[in-house]
Amino acid sequence: MDLGPHAAFIVGAYAVALLIVAVLIGWVLIDNRRQRQILSDLEARGITRRSERSAGRQS
Amino acid sequence: MPLIDLANPSRFLALSGRLLPWLSAATLLAFAFGIAQVIGAPDDYQQGATAKIMYIHVPSAWLSMFIWGTMSIAALGTLVWRHPLADVAAKAAAPIGAALTLQCLVTGMLWGRPMWGTYWVWDGRLTSVLVLFLMYLGVLALWRTIEEPSRAARAVAVLTLVGAINLPIIKFSVDWWSTLHQPSSVLRLGGPAMHSSILIPLLVMALAFFLLFLTLHLGAMRNEIMRRRVRTLMLMQADAAAGR
Repeated sequence: MDLGPHAAFIVGAYAVALLIVAVLIGWVLIDNRRQRQILSDLEARGITRRSERSAGRQS
Repeated sequence: MPLIDLANPSRFLALSGRLLPWLSAATLLAFAFGIAQVIGAPDDYQQGATAKIMYIHVPSAWLSMFIWGTMSIAALGTLVWRHPLADVAAKAAAPIGAALTLQCLVTGMLWGRPMWGTYWVWDGRLTSVLVLFLMYLGVLALWRTIEEPSRAARAVAVLTLVGAINLPIIKFSVDWWSTLHQPSSVLRLGGPAMHSSILIPLLVMALAFFLLFLTLHLGAMRNEIMRRRVRTLMLMQADAAAGR
């Protein structure tokens, strides 16, 4: 594919878009892992929400 | 399931957890199809291959405004209906909106240099989009400034609704003022002004970016709900430690 005399600008624009999308995906995935980790740590120490405690008693 | 049931964060987590893999797959497919269409699209008779920047610039421009519009509806949900997920939705959308507005600005600059001979000009369209980007940063800063989530949500909601005034300014800036930026060529009265060989790849890429936003937004909303649960549990732990 011939991108002509302005190839650097075209490739640069797509590289920036790719970087921004990758950062967004990484942010969501890393944040998800972090929140899950903190929640499971808290639950392991017996700190749970009242609704979860009552659900646990019912089961 | 009635729509109101989604207001329950636990039900939202369950439903979004089932939806996310399908949305991710649809996003990947749309991007694969879109990129193939872009590669096969003809060069513009005036711009040459540089027109290919448009396939990422225009969808990010549309989404930057759409996301602020979504945040404005969520702001109404926070202020008027006090919907439990409204401020979660607004907070999760803001970083995505900021990133896509940045993408719009940078790709526009990289298109402008070879086509206009300059990266930047202070015309109505470019300046109003820069203002939108700064407003996104302001919203993100405000979320971090106020610790209590419901108080922060109300302050951000007011700022978001005030900022919504900028959306028609961005849209009509090319009609109201003499600008270097070209007028609307897709969303305009009288229909699109571009050939289908360029319009179809553009619409496919717009769909791909829209699906990407939906996927990221659902993921970020799930993270925000978990973050609030963590906060609640830590407050409970602090209360228990203090013997309250």
